[in-house]
Amino acid sequence: MPTINVNGADIEVDEDGFIVDPDSWNEDVAKYFAAQEGIKELNDDHWKMINYLRDYYKQFQIAPMIRKLCKETGMSLKYVYELFPSGPAKGACKLAGLPKPTGCV
Amino acid sequence: MAFEPKREEKALKYEELRIYTDEELKNYSEEELKNFKIKHETPALDELEKGPWPSFVADAKREALHRKKLDADRMMTDKDAVDDLLGQLQLSFDHGETHWKHGGIVGVFGYGGGIIGRYSDVPEKFPAVAHFHTIRVNQPASKFYNTDYLRSLCDLWEYRGSGLMNLHGSTGDIILLGTTTEQLEPIFKDLTHVMDTDLGGSGSNLRTPSCCIGKARCEWSCYDTQAMCYELTQYYQDELHRPAFPYKFKFKFDGCPNGCVASIARSDMSFIGTWKDEIRIDQEAVKAYMAGDIVPNGGAHKGRDWGKFDIRKEVINLCPTKCMSLEDGTLKIDNENCTRCMHCINVMPRALKPGLDTGVSILFGAKAPILEGAQMATLTIPFMKVEPPYDNLKELIEKVWEFWMEEGKNRERLGELIQRFGLPKFLEAIGVPPAPQMVRAPRSNPYIFWKEEDVPGGWDRKIEDYRKIHKR
Ligand code: HEM
Ligand code: SF4
Ligand code: SF4
Repeated sequence: MPTINVNGADIEVDEDGFIVDPDSWNEDVAKYFAAQEGIKELNDDHWKMINYLRDYYKQFQIAPMIRKLCKETGMSLKYVYELFPSGPAKGACKLAGLPKPTGCV
Repeated sequence: MAFEPKREEKALKYEELRIYTDEELKNYSEEELKNFKIKHETPALDELEKGPWPSFVADAKREALHRKKLDADRMMTDKDAVDDLLGQLQLSFDHGETHWKHGGIVGVFGYGGGIIGRYSDVPEKFPAVAHFHTIRVNQPASKFYNTDYLRSLCDLWEYRGSGLMNLHGSTGDIILLGTTTEQLEPIFKDLTHVMDTDLGGSGSNLRTPSCCIGKARCEWSCYDTQAMCYELTQYYQDELHRPAFPYKFKFKFDGCPNGCVASIARSDMSFIGTWKDEIRIDQEAVKAYMAGDIVPNGGAHKGRDWGKFDIRKEVINLCPTKCMSLEDGTLKIDNENCTRCMHCINVMPRALKPGLDTGVSILFGAKAPILEGAQMATLTIPFMKVEPPYDNLKELIEKVWEFWMEEGKNRERLGELIQRFGLPKFLEAIGVPPAPQMVRAPRSNPYIFWKEEDVPGGWDRKIEDYRKIHKR
């Protein structure tokens, strides 16, 4: 498995760049991924989404459905793509340090 | 109303877009091919070059040789992609197991689907397929092409991918089979900027719609399947590119009940052409069939001697509703009792035609077995008129999506939601009154739910009142 180096710490990631252990996440990891996912700077709404995803994952050990995510953050899907150009799964979940989405993608 | 494209189609000229010269395209001889060996030993695959059917192994080896002889700087991905793919496939034949890793999330900015990421689990043995992502490219309705388009696409794919394709994926897309993550954005840019072509769908979204050949080349098509497929694909681009649904959702368009794209089995929302008026009969042509002057079924059974055509045996007695008769050599159809099964029309295409008052039946909920068992679609809208710009249809589609997006559980197909809630609840959600055509047979169990407002007195009852009449 490849690793990324964030502030001197080696963190394990898979080929798609998702971190393997959600507990190895910190805010600098999110900042590190932002550039790869086409994001110049993380603003308040970025953090709102990231924190929402992390809280949801902590509680349910699963990523929320898109509809739930939009409803509970009050952001439209269009706006989510404006924030995270590669979308809620590849973009937002990756920055939030959630495991890689699976299934018939 | 005739089909009007919303925007002009970009005319592609291969001569302007080509990447490779003719010499590069034909860079090996049949003699070289005979002596050619790929990088790996593939005894099991070599067996599959025998026999009469076109061999995917033989085709892949041609491509492997072609790439071997192209200059490495004329390709953006590994020259050995096809060699390594065959090598890994041989290993899978040996083990009886796949050698692709689980999952893979890659894509292009702006979209949440369209590309299926794939990584080899033996990359040290087969480095050229360490990344082997699949790109779904939205096909034109009914898959009509000109060679300018296909040749341009082939050049692009040779340059930035493995050169291997699947024409086409089961949903309908052109499948570009195998490239690296770095090439995804450049390919997307070339597809959109140069080829005027977009990606197809994947993930929990509207997948790429597809249709039968329809009015382009079939006299039975009851509506313009291509126009409707194209219009709905364009109209719902957002739903296609950015997953917003509980799970996947597919549209398919069949021009008549013959079902040449199998919409009834392979789409969550199936559109099947039909007619309301009478089957058109050309009695002279019927006589010609009876006299043996025209072969039945367009000659489909010519491979065997089935005897002289017998209209009673082959048509009238096979009609599922027995609504046909022959009176003094004249064919009669009791159209009130015809279920539009297509059989008589299929047997005598030159004598019988669908009616002229045409539209679609709409069926919902087909899906493969996972999770709750396989389903074919259930008839829900027996008949609907469809004319561009299909406003009535869009209104219906949006009601369906609203209901499913609100109530659907994570990874629950529409068919399963309808099962869980019951057809009556679904009908209520989309504002359609129940009709006998929606069931094959009435329910046999008496576990019937009533709505409180439909029951005199409602549900609030006092036991004391009951006891006044019934002692304990
Ligand atoms: C005139 C009065 C009643 C008649 C004639 C009657 C008759 C029946 C019959 C024929 C069944 C079998 C249905 C089947 O095929 O599964 C049944 C089931 C049952 N009845 Fe009644 N019943 C009466 C009153 C009641 C009352 C007052 C109660 C409860 C307070 C009751 C509770 C049940 C239950 C729990 C079942 C089993 C349902 C099941 O199969 O899951 N019945 N009754
Ligand atoms: S489904 Fe019907 S209309 Fe479409 S191609 Fe087949 S036979 Fe023709
Ligand atoms: S279409 Fe089918 S049901 Fe109708 S008359 Fe022909 S064979 Fe009978």
